[in-house]
Amino acid sequence: MSDHWLVRPATIRLLWRVFIAVLALTVLAEFLVEHHPHFRIEAVAGFGAWYGFLACAGMILFAKGLAVFLKRADTYYEEESRDG
Amino acid sequence: MASAWLHPGLLVIAAGLALALLRGRARDAVALLAPLAALWLVLAAPAGVAWSGTWLGFEVRPLAYDALSRLFAVIFAIMAFAGGLYALNQKSRLELPAAYVYAGAAIGAVLAGDLVTLFVCWELMAVGSTLVIWSAGSGAAYRASMRYLAIHLLGGVLLFAGIAGHVAATGSTGFERMALDSPAHWLILAGFLVNAGAPPLSAWLPDAYPEASWSGMVFLSAFTTKTAVYVLLRGFPGTELLVWVGLFMVFYGIVYALLENDMRRILAYSIVNQVGFMVAGIGIGTEMALNGAAAHAFTHIIYKALLLMSAGSVLYATQKRKCTDLGGLFRTMPLTAFCGIIGALSISSFPLTSGFVSKSMISQAAGDEHLLWVWLALAAATAGVFLHAGIKFPWFVFFQKDSGLRPAEPPLNMRLAMLLFAALCIGLGIFYQPLYALLPFSTGFVPYTGSHVVVQLELLLFSGLAFFVMLPMLRRTLTITLDADWFYRRLAPVLVTAGFLALRAMGRTLAMARDGGMRRIGAAALALHGPQALFARTWTTGGMALWAALLLAGYLLVVYL
Repeated sequence: MSDHWLVRPATIRLLWRVFIAVLALTVLAEFLVEHHPHFRIEAVAGFGAWYGFLACAGMILFAKGLAVFLKRADTYYEEESRDG
Repeated sequence: MASAWLHPGLLVIAAGLALALLRGRARDAVALLAPLAALWLVLAAPAGVAWSGTWLGFEVRPLAYDALSRLFAVIFAIMAFAGGLYALNQKSRLELPAAYVYAGAAIGAVLAGDLVTLFVCWELMAVGSTLVIWSAGSGAAYRASMRYLAIHLLGGVLLFAGIAGHVAATGSTGFERMALDSPAHWLILAGFLVNAGAPPLSAWLPDAYPEASWSGMVFLSAFTTKTAVYVLLRGFPGTELLVWVGLFMVFYGIVYALLENDMRRILAYSIVNQVGFMVAGIGIGTEMALNGAAAHAFTHIIYKALLLMSAGSVLYATQKRKCTDLGGLFRTMPLTAFCGIIGALSISSFPLTSGFVSKSMISQAAGDEHLLWVWLALAAATAGVFLHAGIKFPWFVFFQKDSGLRPAEPPLNMRLAMLLFAALCIGLGIFYQPLYALLPFSTGFVPYTGSHVVVQLELLLFSGLAFFVMLPMLRRTLTITLDADWFYRRLAPVLVTAGFLALRAMGRTLAMARDGGMRRIGAAALALHGPQALFARTWTTGGMALWAALLLAGYLLVVYL
C-alpha cells in the first residue's frame, strides 16, 4: 500500500517550493500597501519577515538553554503516585 | 421581563444540579437549553442593576449589567452551550453537573456588581472546577485537583483579606476601579492574578488542567482565567505593573510550550501565553487596549476551546496525549485535524480568523502609546504563538510521522461542537462588527488595512519558516520542564520529611538525656536518703545535743555581731 499522497517526498518538495514562493510574495507585497509606521524600525524593509524569523530563532535557542537546567524525565513526579 | 428577575448564572447552576439527577434525552435537553436561555437573558437584559439588597449587613448587587459584564456573560453562555454539546457523551456522571455549576458561577462572577457577590462566585468556581478535574477519575487527576484547590484557596484567602480591608477602609462593597494605594488593594490584585495564571504561581494551570478528562479541559480553559481577565479589566485598568506581568506570561507560555511533549500541556501553557496578551493590554489601559483585551478574551475562549476539543477528540479516540506517541492522524481524523488547524490559525491571529481582529487592537494600542519595547515584545510574541501552538500542535499531532494509529473521528455531538466553534472562529474573523459592537468602548478601529495584514503575514509565515528550519531542535523527548510547582511538589515534601526526621532525632536525644538525668537524680537521692544514707540514719543523742549547742552558739554570734 503506497503512503498517503500528502507525505510523499515529491509532495513535500512541492510544498516547500510553494511555501518559499509565498514567503517571497508577502515581502514583495509590502511595496503595494500604504504604511503608517509608529516606529522607525517598523519602516525597515521586510521588518515583519526578519524580525519574526529572528524572534522565533531566539525563543527556540532560549528554550533549549533553559532546558539544560530544568529538563527532567516525564516520570519525575511519579513517585507521588505511591500514596494514591 | 424575565431578565429582571431571572439570574442567568443561577439558571445555569440550577441546570447543573438538575443534570446530576436527569438521564437520557431530558439530560441532553437541559444541558443544551439552559446555556441558550442564559444567553438570551443576558442579551435581553437592559443595562443597570437588576438585583440589589443587603446581605449580612452589606450592600449587594448580585445582578448588574453593563457593556463589559455583558460581553463576558455572553461568551461564557456560548461556551457552556458548546462545551455541553461536546460533553454530551461523557460517561462521568459528575463532570457535566460540576462544569455547569462552574460555568454558572463564572457568569455570576462577571455579573456581580459588588465585591461580596464576586467573592462568593469566585469560591464556587474553585469548587466547581476542582470537581471537573476530579471527575476524570484517575489518581493523577485526584492529586492534581488537590494541588489546584490548594492554590485557588490561597488565591481566595488573598482576595478575601483584600476585600475585607477595602470594605473596612471605604465602607463600600462596590466593585470599582482601584489604585494600588493600600495593602488591601495589593491583596485583591494578588488574588485576581493567581486565577489569571500570573507568575510566580502560573504552574497550577499546566499542572492541573491536562489531568481533566477529554471534555473537562474544554470547560476549564474558558472560565477561571477569563474571569480573572474580566476583574482586572474592571478593577485595575491602566496599572503599569500589569504590562510587565503580561509580557512575562506571554514569553513564559511560549518557552515552556516549546519544550513540552504532552499536547494538552502545550495548549495549557498557551492559555497562560494568551492571557498574558490580555493582561498586558489591561496594563496599557487605553480604550483601544482595553477593547483589545476584552475582545481577545472573547475570541480566545472560542479558539482555545476549539483547540482543546480537537485535542480532546484525539485523546478520546487514542487515549494518548504525548506528541512522541502521536502523529499522522490526519489520515483517519480529517475533520478533527481541520478544526484543530482552524483553531491554531485563530490563536496565531491569522488574517480572516477571530484572533486577528482582537489581538491587533492590543498591538495598535502599544504603538499609539509609543511604547516601543512593549510593541516589539508583542510582535515577537505574535510570531512565537504561531511557533509554539499554531504550528506545533497540528504538526506533532496530525502530521509529523506516521504513528501507525488509525483512530476514527469522534461521535456526532463532538464533531458538531467543533464545527460550531470553527465556524465562529472564521465568522468573527470576517464579520467582526457584531463583536466590536459588544465592546465597552467605540474606537473606530479597522483591523483590515493593507499594512496590518502584510506585516502580520510576514511575522507568521517567517515564524513558520523558523519552525521547519529548526525542527531538529524541536524534536520531542519524554521530558517535562521544571516549574514553580517544584517548590510545593518536591522541595516542600522533602523539607517536611526532613523536618519530621530532625524532630524525631531531637526527641530521641531529649528522651535519652531525660532518662539519663532521671537515673542520676535517682542515684543521688538514694545516696542521700536511702535506708543507710546520711539523712536517713538514726542519729545519737550526743550528736543531736552537739548540733543544738552549735546552732545556739551561732545564734548568739549573730545577735552580738
